[in-house]
Amino acid sequence: MQIFTCPFCGPREETEFHFAAEAGKHRPEPAEEVSDADWADYLYLNDAPKGAAREVWVHATCGEFFVMTRDTVTREITDVTALPGRDG
Amino acid sequence: MSGWRLPSGGGIDRDKPLGFTFDGQTLTGFEGDTLASALLASGPRILGRSFKYHRPRGLWGMGGEEPNAILDVTGPDGFTPNARATQMRLRDGMALTSVNAAPDAARDRFGIMDLAHRFLPAGFYYKTFMALGWMRWEPMIRRMAGLGRVDPGHHPAADAVPMNARCDLLVIGAGPAGLAAAKAAAAQGRAVWLIDEAGEVGGSLRWRGGQIDGGDWREFASETVKAVEAAGGRVMTDTTLWGAFDHGLYAAWQRREGQPDRHWRIRAATVVLAAGAIERPLWFANNDLPGVMSAEAALHYLRLYGAVAGRRILLATGNDASYPVAAALAETGARVTLADARADGPNAPEAVELLRGARLTKAKGAREVGGAMVEGGHVGADTVLVSGGYTPSVHLWCQAGGKLDWNAGADALVPRPGTCSMAVAGAANGGFGLQHALEEGHRAGTGTGRAPRAATTGDWGLIPMRPDPTLKGRQWLDPQNDVTLKDVKLAAQEGYRSVEHLKRYTTLGMATDQGRSANFAGLAAMSAITGLSIPETGTTTYRPPFTPLPLKTIAGLRRGELFNPVKRLALEPQHRAQGARFREYGGWLRPSVYGDGEESTLAQAEAKTARETVGLYDASPLGKIEVIGPGAAELLDFCGYIRMSTLKPGRARYGFMLSETGIVHDDGVVFRLAEDRFIVSASSSHVASVRMILEEARQDRFDPRRSYIHDVTANWVTITLTGPRAGDLAHAAGLPDRMLALPHMGVAEGLWNGHPLRVARVSFTGDLSYEISVPARHGADLHARLEAARAAHKGRWIGLEAVMILRAEKGFILVGKDTDGLTMPHDLGWGGPRDKRKDEYFGRRSLFTPEACREDRRQLVGLVSEGSDPLPVGAHLVASDGPRRSLGFVTSSHVSPTLNRPIALALLEAGGSRMGEALTAFHLGETRSVQVTPACAFDPEGGRLNG
Repeated sequence: MQIFTCPFCGPREETEFHFAAEAGKHRPEPAEEVSDADWADYLYLNDAPKGAAREVWVHATCGEFFVMTRDTVTREITDVTALPGRDG
Repeated sequence: MSGWRLPSGGGIDRDKPLGFTFDGQTLTGFEGDTLASALLASGPRILGRSFKYHRPRGLWGMGGEEPNAILDVTGPDGFTPNARATQMRLRDGMALTSVNAAPDAARDRFGIMDLAHRFLPAGFYYKTFMALGWMRWEPMIRRMAGLGRVDPGHHPAADAVPMNARCDLLVIGAGPAGLAAAKAAAAQGRAVWLIDEAGEVGGSLRWRGGQIDGGDWREFASETVKAVEAAGGRVMTDTTLWGAFDHGLYAAWQRREGQPDRHWRIRAATVVLAAGAIERPLWFANNDLPGVMSAEAALHYLRLYGAVAGRRILLATGNDASYPVAAALAETGARVTLADARADGPNAPEAVELLRGARLTKAKGAREVGGAMVEGGHVGADTVLVSGGYTPSVHLWCQAGGKLDWNAGADALVPRPGTCSMAVAGAANGGFGLQHALEEGHRAGTGTGRAPRAATTGDWGLIPMRPDPTLKGRQWLDPQNDVTLKDVKLAAQEGYRSVEHLKRYTTLGMATDQGRSANFAGLAAMSAITGLSIPETGTTTYRPPFTPLPLKTIAGLRRGELFNPVKRLALEPQHRAQGARFREYGGWLRPSVYGDGEESTLAQAEAKTARETVGLYDASPLGKIEVIGPGAAELLDFCGYIRMSTLKPGRARYGFMLSETGIVHDDGVVFRLAEDRFIVSASSSHVASVRMILEEARQDRFDPRRSYIHDVTANWVTITLTGPRAGDLAHAAGLPDRMLALPHMGVAEGLWNGHPLRVARVSFTGDLSYEISVPARHGADLHARLEAARAAHKGRWIGLEAVMILRAEKGFILVGKDTDGLTMPHDLGWGGPRDKRKDEYFGRRSLFTPEACREDRRQLVGLVSEGSDPLPVGAHLVASDGPRRSLGFVTSSHVSPTLNRPIALALLEAGGSRMGEALTAFHLGETRSVQVTPACAFDPEGGRLNG
């Protein structure tokens, strides 16, 4: 059972959190200019890195999304940051 | 019958004899005995039958490594299947039964299986019975193989107590290394938790004894316990640390005399693993005979229970650690021969016959040991004790992600430093001998100064002992799962050379002892066959639990109703008083029907009343997500398929929420109460996910200061009135006429009897409906007022079953029931926004992929069927002639009491263009003719919406 630190609530058990997205993955817009292939990449192709990863997670109990930097092998959490413009 | 009890000695209480039975035979043990020690001292040797060949099996070890002595136990605490005899305390009146034997272990009639052994190699059952139809033979094979019987009527109490704890240092194992680590850390004021599987601290010191810092080890142990407790720590015995998990979480199973078990979740800042090592067997012909035992275990039973394994003992070894065992057994008067595979070694202990350079090649005897062959000569013996070296207990190290290295001196795989955050000390690290253990433990506990000093030093002079493929006869590697050296050869021949394949092909190490005694031999044998080294051959993956534990301990209180608790209505008592029957719908416990009688009959009657006069139902679980603020409209426009910014305050609009893949995620009505205030009525089971879709967009796309999302579902009680007389009933109940005059899709708020009230004219039934919401604390008041007026208007409480009929008559969908993971809004007849909306919204791009534009997408339709019975839900729709390819399936099906015929909804390929077409519904071999219709079967003009 991993412990993640919500920037708003502090350390909590991982069952309170959901993965949301890989950080820095931008939604391609406007829709009519995005090719089918690019849209499919956006929807389905994740990097799923082995090792260092930057991801957006949500603390389901408080509803706040934040950026977590972690190592998918060692499970070490190196950083948690509120989304830009949010008070962490 | 060779085990016996010394007249004195051991830690048992000889004034308290305990009566018990084994396979019907009446025996006696003493307070303090385990099942294993009592059986050993009482004489029975055949304690069970092996898994596959039904070979007689006797006691091997002293703890979790025991592969053979597995018993079904009926005792004061009830029935325990597959209890490990070495780990359960004897209680007065216990009845023990051997497993996998009929009628009992001594007379097992399946023993004949052993004669067929050469025809039953590894993989036999798969190869043979897969071709012959496994399903037919499986019951017979299962009857002949396996362990204890599970009693289906056995429902243990949900009484295991879950506990959470933190500590500075967790020390796993309270042997010499663990004690030294705990003492050193406690001396620095750290809160230490010292945990051991046995009933007391000491580990191997308990039977091997020892002098530490000039005194008996017991003084050292009690000083340590005192120091740990004084520093705020804790010493827990009878506690198995069974799993290491992420981020320093450890799970421990604590057994308590006369009290329910406790299950601990311990977060430790640092950990010292001092789990010791387990003695390996030796490999020779018939090494599975009852009477062949671990030498270490024999000393354990002698010192702790005064139980002696035999009277004429052969001890075969390749290390010095067996010499004190031989000496201790000789002191009891048993005749002891020590066969040391090494040419050199310590001097012969007193009264022990020592054979040097002598290898044991065979155990003789049909049902139990009756002698042995050593270097070609016969040695008389009723008991054969063996020591093939020691395997460090590295399970928890590996569970936590640690890697292993080969240590030739210890002849074992040991933890590779730096691959796991635990510290390791003593025999678990391959550091054999008391002085090693104390020094490593002291260091691991970050002790300063001089480590505790033992009276004896030196290592054990281990030489590698391996299975010898040139020996005649069967050599067992895994006695519990009946895996022999020959099976490993066969696996290698057939290409199963990776240890993970070897394990799965032969089942080596997959028994309940988890390969503690078997894995090393399998690994060594495979390495000899392939010519690869042991480290190159590798090990299988270690997974929790370290020792099997009852599932009820892990489950704790999360059982039955508490396993996945349902959400309950504020008005549940009122509904019960009306005779409601309850069932779970989307996580909520809701009335299915009211009254006595057959459920479908009641649902029909309720639905009919709702069409004729008025039905009342509790709609409180319907989601109520408030979206507030100047940015609310913009946020809802992006998250929804249908624009809400154009909605006027006081009005409601039906909409969809899609996922980014364009699939319908939820549907429901959105109310606009004011310019900057909306309520999203998500489906009752989708509230949490809808809220998250809104939150993600709010925080990651828009200015989060311009809107706020608040789920108030549980704060309101909502009762819906539906039917031609809904307005009359509402009026009679005293609801403000201003609100009852609302148009269809209108919503109004106000005060009523001094508390807030919200009324909405939305309809899930196609009839005139009022959704009346009050704060939950006023729900009972609302209920009472409606109830007082109900009878005069021939109203009736209706359950969810009737509501399902009413909405299906209208073709109103339930997302997830009438839609699946491919359904897009234009498949439901809602193609408008897809065609017209030009702004960006969630899921938009996915609605224009080639897949989304196909003509033959499955679309929502209604079905008219012949006969009076409803169609089976899930029935496939196929063309009436031509190939039987599924064109779609029935999603909802009911009998309509108003239309007096079955109705159904279905998803059908190109359904929109098949109106009037005749198809066949196919289900479990039966077919029925159906005709495709629009989804709405009742009042398609919508005239009834206004009563």
